[in-house]
Parts: sequence; C-alpha cells; structure tokens
Amino acid sequence: MLLTSSADPDRVGTGPVRSDAVRRQRARRRRVRWPVLAFLVPALLLFGLLVLVPIILAAYTSLFKWNGFGGLPTNFVGLDNFRRLLTDPIFLADLWHGLILIVLSAAVQLPLALGLALLLNQRLRGRGVYRVLFFAPYVLSEVITAVLFTMVFSPNRGLANQVLRVFGAGDVGATWLADPSTVLYVVFLVMTWKYFGFHMILYLTGRQNIPAELTEAAAIDGAGDWQTFRHVTLPLLGPTIRVSLFLSVIGSIQLFDLVWVLTVGGPVHASETMAVTMFQYGFRRYEVGYASAISIAMFVISLVFALAYQRFVMRRDIEGALTTMGGGQR
Amino acid sequence: MHVSRRSLLGLAGASASALALGACGDGGSGKDGKTTVNWWHISNTDPMLSVWAALAKDFEAKHPDVTIKITPLENEAFKSKLTTVTQGGSPPDLFSTWGGGVLKQQVDAGLVKDLTADFTSLADTFTPLSTQPYRLDNKVYGVPFDLGMVGFWYNKELFGRAGIASPPDTWTGLLDAVRKLKAAGITPIALAGGDKWPGHYYWAYLAMRIGGLDVLKQAGADAKFDKPEFVAAGTKLKELVDLAPFQKGFLAATYGSPDGQAATMGNGAAAMELMGQWAPSVQNDTSTNKKGIGDKLGFFPFPAVEGGKGAVTEAFGGGNGFAVGRNAPPATIEFLKFLVQVDNQRKAAATGAVVPVVKGAEDAIKDPNIAAVQKTLAAATGFQLFLDQAYPPAVGQQVNDSVAELIAGKASPQQVVRAVTDAAHK
Repeated sequence: MLLTSSADPDRVGTGPVRSDAVRRQRARRRRVRWPVLAFLVPALLLFGLLVLVPIILAAYTSLFKWNGFGGLPTNFVGLDNFRRLLTDPIFLADLWHGLILIVLSAAVQLPLALGLALLLNQRLRGRGVYRVLFFAPYVLSEVITAVLFTMVFSPNRGLANQVLRVFGAGDVGATWLADPSTVLYVVFLVMTWKYFGFHMILYLTGRQNIPAELTEAAAIDGAGDWQTFRHVTLPLLGPTIRVSLFLSVIGSIQLFDLVWVLTVGGPVHASETMAVTMFQYGFRRYEVGYASAISIAMFVISLVFALAYQRFVMRRDIEGALTTMGGGQR
Repeated sequence: MHVSRRSLLGLAGASASALALGACGDGGSGKDGKTTVNWWHISNTDPMLSVWAALAKDFEAKHPDVTIKITPLENEAFKSKLTTVTQGGSPPDLFSTWGGGVLKQQVDAGLVKDLTADFTSLADTFTPLSTQPYRLDNKVYGVPFDLGMVGFWYNKELFGRAGIASPPDTWTGLLDAVRKLKAAGITPIALAGGDKWPGHYYWAYLAMRIGGLDVLKQAGADAKFDKPEFVAAGTKLKELVDLAPFQKGFLAATYGSPDGQAATMGNGAAAMELMGQWAPSVQNDTSTNKKGIGDKLGFFPFPAVEGGKGAVTEAFGGGNGFAVGRNAPPATIEFLKFLVQVDNQRKAAATGAVVPVVKGAEDAIKDPNIAAVQKTLAAATGFQLFLDQAYPPAVGQQVNDSVAELIAGKASPQQVVRAVTDAAHK
C-alpha cells in the first residue's frame, strides 16, 4: 500500500483531486438547478394554463352529458360518450377518411414534393421564381385557400368547369364537390396544393445539406442519376423525409379549417374529419360532452401515433438528441 | 425531436382549444353613473345594421346616462361566440334569439331574464303569433321584432314558359309542375343542399300538412318521431327528389354563395325555391345584376297534401327577437321597449328587410313580396317554428342532417325518423 503509493505518486495525488472535482461539479449543478427552474416558471405556467388545463378539462367534460351552458357539467355518464363513439357511423367514417388522406399524402403528395425539390435543386433558369411560386400556397391561410377552391369547383361558373368546357368536356364533372364519392379526393387535391410547397422546401433544405463531394464521388464511381438518387440522396434525405411524413400525418389527423370552409364535411358527411365532427357536436348540437370525447379520442390517436413514430421510426434520428439534465457531460 | 414534440403539444392545444375559448364578455354598468348596455345582434349588413345604430343613437339622446354598445355579428359567428360567453356564465345584456329550443336551454341554465312582468302590458301591441316562440312555460323570455314564414318563391316567366297556368295548391300539382318544367328544359327548384337547413323546410312542411301542427308539438314533447306522419313526409319528399328537380351540383351548394340557391333564383336559372321572407332581398344581392328577377317573382304558400290533416293556412317559419341577459342593467329593458315602439318598427319595416310584428307598422311595408308574406301570416290559422329552433339543437340538427341524407338518396324515410328519435334520446 505504502510502496505503491510512493512508487506511483501520480495516482496518489490525482485520486482525491478528481473526486473533489466531481463533487464540485455536482454542487454547481445543484446550484444551477434553481435559477433554471425560476426562469422556466413563466413558460411552465403558460404551458400549464394553455395546454395542460384545457386537456384535463376536456377529459373531465368528456365524462358528462352536457350542453355547454352555465357553470360546470353535472350529469355524469362515465364512459358512455366513448362507447357512443365506437358505434357512431360518422365518427368511424371520420377515421376512414383520415386514413385515406394519410395514405394519399404519403403516396402522392410527399413524392411530388420530393420530385420538385430535386428538380429545383438542378441548375435551372428561373429556379428562384419556381421556388417562390410553389411555396406561395403554403403562405395563404387555409380559409382563403378553401374559399378559392369553392370558386374553382363551383358547379356552373367555376374555373374547373370552364376549362373542361374549353376542351369540350363540360358535362364530365366539376360537380365533384357535390358528389359524396368524389368530394374527399377534392379535399385531398386542395390539401396537396396547399402543402406540397412546404414539404418541397423541407426536402430542398435537406438536399442542400448533402455535401457535393458525395454526389461527385458517386459520379466518379460511375453511378447514374437513378443510382445516385437511390443510394446517396435518398438515404441522406431519410431524416427529413421522416419528419415531413410525421408532420403530414399529424396535419391530416387534425384537418379542420380547410374542410370546414370547403365542404362543411358534406355532402352527407362524405368529407368529414374528426375535428369537423367535434365542431358539429360541440357548437351546432351543443353536445359538448360528446364533442369533448371526440377531442380526447383525437388527442389519444395523435399521441399514440407520435410516440410510436418517434420510438420506432425516428429513433435513429433523435438518438443522442434526447437530453437529460447534465446528461451531455456524461 | 424538437419539431415533433412541439407539434405534439400544438396538437394537444388544438384539440382542447375548442373548449378553452374563454369568456370574453364585458361588464354591465360603469361606476361613473353611466350605464352601458351590451347589445349583440346579427344584422351585420345593411339596411338593418344602420337602422339599429340609428335607433341606439336616438335612445342615447333621450337617455344621456345610457350608452348602447353594439356588437353586430354574422349569424354563425354569433352562435359560436354566444356559446363561449354563456359557458363562462356571462351573456351579453341584450342579444338576438329565435326562441324555441336554444332559448329554452339558456333559460334552464339561468342565463336569461324573465321578462313576463315587464312585457305583459305590451302583449296586445304585438301580432298574436309573433310572441309565441319566446313564451316558454307561460313566461316571456324574449321580445320579437319580426316574424316571417317560409313559402315557395317562383319565377312567373319560367312557370309561363312551361305552361303552368297558376301556382300549384296541392302536392300532386307541385309534382306535375316540376315535370312540366323539366320537360321545358328548366331547372324546377333551386336548393342549397350543402347548408342542410333549406332541405328541412320540405320535410317539416310535409309533416305539418300531413299530420297537422299537433303532431309536431307532440313529437317535440315526448321525443318520438317514429310516427306514420313523419314517415309519410319522408315518402312524399322522396317522390319529389326522385324527379331530380334540383340544380346541378345542389348537394354542395350553399344558400348565399355566388353560385348558391339564392343566386340561382336571382339569375333566373331555376323556377322556384322554398325559402323564408328574406328570399327576395338575398336573391337581389347575390344575383349577377344585383337586381334579381324583379316583378317576375311571385309567392305561393306550401301546397296541401291530399288527405292530410293540416291546413294550407298554417305557416312555418320563425322570427327574430331579443333576449335579455341575467346581469343586464334595468336600462336594457327600457331600450328593448323603445325598439318595439310602433314608430321604430315602421322604420325597420320600411327597409323591406323586416316583417313587422307590432300592430300598425305594416303600413310601412313598401315591397309587394314582403306585403304578401305579411298578409299570409296575418291570416294564418297556426304557426310552427323552424324545427332546428323549436326542438333542442341536437334534435334540430339531426333533422337537418337526416333530411339532407334523404335528399342525397342515402337514407330512407324510416331511417330519417329513427335517427331523429335516437338523437332526441341521447
């Protein structure tokens, strides 16, 4: 013991010093914690007041039969509202509509955005103009977009019908908004028009973050355009695509304004989404308890999706990004 | 992670925010001795917007200690905003009401002042049918300022072109007229299928003509709609729908849009519409030339159904009135009394946008169409309030929804009555 210590002075010397440093560091961290919390208070308060309290209130209200007038609800019905959800053909159809919109977005809207992003990443005359043009719809409010398209698809004097008439196909349609079997696809079309620019910009940014060396190297190795895309660009765009898909799905689940103004969910509920149904029950039929149950169902669906998506799909993108207090130093 | 967590929270906020829209009402009376009356009405366009503003000014001039604060709101915005402030328990001092089921809910929640004591002495100044929607459990909770009815507005020229000599007075006659119009290449009926409420007029009127007013009252009272009269109403409506009488794309059409029901009539592109007393003015406003079809427009009451118990003289419609919030200062009632003085009713009637309810004001009506409505109403032997107002909102909306499904060919007459009965029991 004595021998080793004298023979190895370094170890003897550093031992206590190191543990001292750790102790000091821990103490500093403890001291740091209070100011951090103090600065968080306003944000936490706002978060609690504007996010947590309404969620809790909605969850509470969803257990009552309540018309929304005066004070707090009193007619407790337990889980009746949720049981009713599972047998409500309108709500079940909402789920189906949501799924269709999600699948179509993933299959049509996002590839379209990706294609345009790659195209606009090429050397191209007026590239900036195209970028602005494609992004412009995203800047418009949803309400204005919807009003615009009610005019475009107006059955008699709408632009869509005028164009069809020019091509001698005036009777083909343009009553698509009035047809329960087509209306959901019109909604999807308008959604795509509105949001593809946003996803395009995401992809464009992602693409520009890929170092030119990699594509050059691929070219030198003799890779063709498709091979470069398949084996270099696409994998490196992975994180962007996963985020974009996530936003698109959450957006589809919450879709409201656009549908409300464009179709009010009609005809005969054919384009109704969960949020529209919630509004109908809450503010048209004054069944606030049931409407709250719908909002809670929406919340749970989105939450489960978000957690599962992060756990299984985005795991590799966020590895190491998850921080705990002081975790970065470990 | 950053992005996703934020959007997650955003979602949480979005799904709950519908319930979190806080109350945004203002206080009643100030401490400086001046009383403020908060008045919400739905005449957010002229002519009535200006008429109300002028009347408020007149009142303020006579009562210097009172300020009338007007908030004009669009119909649907009014409904949403009123719901949120009443959830907070503080309704405006004076606000628009249509009586019936919604008013009843507000009364049950203790949000509305009982006006029985203040208006009993004035009861005789109103036309008899007009106060009915606001009388609940033999108490007065609202005061009318207009009352109208629904009927067929038709284009005389198009009827003539199809060889229809006089407007039909039976359901069979109406179906015949539709056939003749179709044969002449004319769109018989304009309908705002997207809005749903215009469709429910047909079903309600048919139920009235087939079963009489008592059937509708009874159904509302015992929440049972699965009765033969209502099924028969659906069956008759289906006869009409099967003739495909409506304009192209009617299922998505709204009432007031540039390609909607009123515009289709106003542009002379359809021969008739079933609509309330406001129809002529909306036709004019939405038509391309802003003038509508002028004196080609005529009015006839909803026809009788052969073998039915209801009379053609029974009217279906509704009116506009005002209710007083529970915390309203006393000046509110003074102001309300002022609004329904006969001279002020005349000013409103003169605009052509209001069918007056105070006796003696009808001489101010200039528009012949409004005069026709007023005359039919004055001679009416019974009155039924719009179903989506007479019944609790959940039932009324279900009527609208289910009848819309029937018109779209997605529900049978039996399914309609079942769905409405179910809604009444939820």
